[in-house]
Amino acid sequence: MAVEIAATGSGAPSESQVGAILAKHPAERSALIPILQEVQAKLGYLPEEAMCQVAEALGVPEANVYGVASFYAQFRFAPIGRKQVHVCRGTACHVGGAPKILAEVKERLGIGEGESTPDREYSLETVACIGCCALAPCAVVDGKVEAKLTPKKVRELFQGVQR
Amino acid sequence: MPAYRSTVLLCAGGGCISCGCLPVREAMEAELKRRNLADEVRVVQTGCVGSCDLGPVLIVYPDEVFYQKVSPGDVPKLVDEHFLKGRVFERLLVKSAETDNLIATQREFAFFNKQVKIVLENCGVIDPENIEEYVARGGYLALGQVISERTPEWVIEELKKSGLRGRGGAGFPAGTKWDFVRKAPGERKYVVCNADEGDPGAFMDRSVLEGDPHRVLEAMAIAGFAASADQGYIYVRAEYPLAIRRTRRAIQQAREAGFLGRNLFESSFSFDIDIRVGAGAFVCGEETALLASIEGKRGIPRPRPPFPAVSGLWGKPTLINNVETYACIVPIITRGGDWYASIGTEKSKGTKVFALAGKIRNTGLVEVPMGTTLREIVYDIGGGVPNGRKFKAAQTGGPSGGCIPAEHLDIPMDYESLAKVGSIVGSGGLIIMDEDSCMVDVAKFFMEFCTDESCGKCPPCRVGTRQIYGLLDKITKGEARIEDLHLLEELCGMVKESSLCGLGQTAPNPVLSTLRYFRDEYLEHIVDRRCPAKVCPSLIRYSIDEAACTGCSLCARNCPENTIFKVEDQKKYRIDPARCVKCGVCFDVCRFGAVVKS
Repeated sequence: MAVEIAATGSGAPSESQVGAILAKHPAERSALIPILQEVQAKLGYLPEEAMCQVAEALGVPEANVYGVASFYAQFRFAPIGRKQVHVCRGTACHVGGAPKILAEVKERLGIGEGESTPDREYSLETVACIGCCALAPCAVVDGKVEAKLTPKKVRELFQGVQR
Repeated sequence: MPAYRSTVLLCAGGGCISCGCLPVREAMEAELKRRNLADEVRVVQTGCVGSCDLGPVLIVYPDEVFYQKVSPGDVPKLVDEHFLKGRVFERLLVKSAETDNLIATQREFAFFNKQVKIVLENCGVIDPENIEEYVARGGYLALGQVISERTPEWVIEELKKSGLRGRGGAGFPAGTKWDFVRKAPGERKYVVCNADEGDPGAFMDRSVLEGDPHRVLEAMAIAGFAASADQGYIYVRAEYPLAIRRTRRAIQQAREAGFLGRNLFESSFSFDIDIRVGAGAFVCGEETALLASIEGKRGIPRPRPPFPAVSGLWGKPTLINNVETYACIVPIITRGGDWYASIGTEKSKGTKVFALAGKIRNTGLVEVPMGTTLREIVYDIGGGVPNGRKFKAAQTGGPSGGCIPAEHLDIPMDYESLAKVGSIVGSGGLIIMDEDSCMVDVAKFFMEFCTDESCGKCPPCRVGTRQIYGLLDKITKGEARIEDLHLLEELCGMVKESSLCGLGQTAPNPVLSTLRYFRDEYLEHIVDRRCPAKVCPSLIRYSIDEAACTGCSLCARNCPENTIFKVEDQKKYRIDPARCVKCGVCFDVCRFGAVVKS
């Protein structure tokens, strides 16, 4: 019996977890992106072994799987923080002061875009537009939209975060 | 269904959910129960009402009383006043921008009463998660009629009569496109809905999928019937989780009700729809890139022809339209192409949804007949520019579009008129800017977006956008020379003419259009090393007006670089200009207007 590796959000990759996802999809090229999305939702990122496993199951060269995964901004190749911070840099947010908001978030968390805090509590990314333009400038913190942000609100949001 | 004396429509669009409408719903239901009103008053969670800056929003029927910015704490008082005492709870009403009068009903609110809703007619009115509400509004009737009584040719003829043009940006006549796919040789054909709404500033497609998903499903099934396709795909961006969830649920409900699946309405016609979730690539809004992405490949565009109508998904003829285009189909089938063609202008028919945002009093989604002037949208519906500032420009069409300056405020918003002034209708993003917006900074913002999102296949776009960005960056830093302006124009022309797909071909538009109308502002940056809107950090400086400074120390405590110090022997503060990073935090926190930007 295969030993099931306990997986947390950013834990160790599990062959059987990827296998379960593969079993739900037809073994064809068009299923590649949905499979990668599910793998990432499960494991928090795309470990190399998982991509190799997907490549083999679909009969697609490993280089192609990596080529697709690296093309799309959504896919990550390293574990992320438990709480994700997405700062919107859409037009309405930009004219509403998004650059200042981003600078403040970076300052508070002590990390740059695409990085995680050393304790893996937070990771920071920017997104093109989350479509809440009336609430600009905004960010999504741990799945919750934070509206009409000011540098002050950002400071309050991340109060107590150890840098 | 039991009869209710009153119905509370609670907007649960993306905006209102972010403002906390769900706790309001819980509070409302609990309070109604506590007051024994649960059998008399019904709470319905709807899609986006459109006035996103006022959320959470409630509309109480039958009187259409419009309550804004409702918090859970307001609910007991609201229930007490409105449902027990039978009077309007004034504290939560909207105030008129001009007269300061209270506006009691949705009908009286200029933001709504100037709009003509076709695409959004059900958004904010029905519960999007309940197929029965869509059916009760006549939903799936058009599909049933088309399948049992009409021919594909009839559908295409009505569509041609309607004059509907694709709402994704290019404005190609929808009827002609459907006809191409119908006539394209091939056994297997596909219908695709482009919901990869990537233009920053546009969110109408999200609202339609969140607020009225069945309308899109029904239209795609009609498209399948007209084009002889049996499979549809909706390609939605991953950034819209609520739209994805509601559309998934709608597909499930439609299958259970027999509106999707095999042998629809006991005919030989079968049609089903699957969702594909985008993975974060703006270029996938381009149709050939989108199709590559559905096939499981890198989302890279290819040259056209062949167009998708001839060779699309897996090389088969494919009908691809965006969400807003499909959202127009059912009304056209039900009320006729001639009716639709009676709305709008000679060449731009029907209505267009604009996502109004930026420096404007009422933000949100507005649907108006094509040809409505920009002035009507900005001042009558949008309520004008707030804080006593002046309108400077409207940006339409996102990173592919351009700016419309104040001198063109009376322009009719339609495909032809906007093209004439160097902008586009595009997907319908409409960002209003006031004097505090720097046009060079705006151009640089869009160019940065394009450099990030260029897929890298063709060098004019991959390299050209980067070079343009570099020049704009120099200008905003006060490091450019006048020759750079000519270089910039030359480069823009080259990228426009030689890029492979729409992304590169339109990427220079924001630069060209700001150069056309705001050349002086570019020159000021270059020659005078000055940013008139006081936006570009390298060209501004912060100082403290000692006469206004109260010595409260708020700025000094907030300065991230500790560059603000107390003047000896005085209760005043001063900024060390040599170490100031121009983040503007001091300017934002000062309550006495003592921090001056110059």
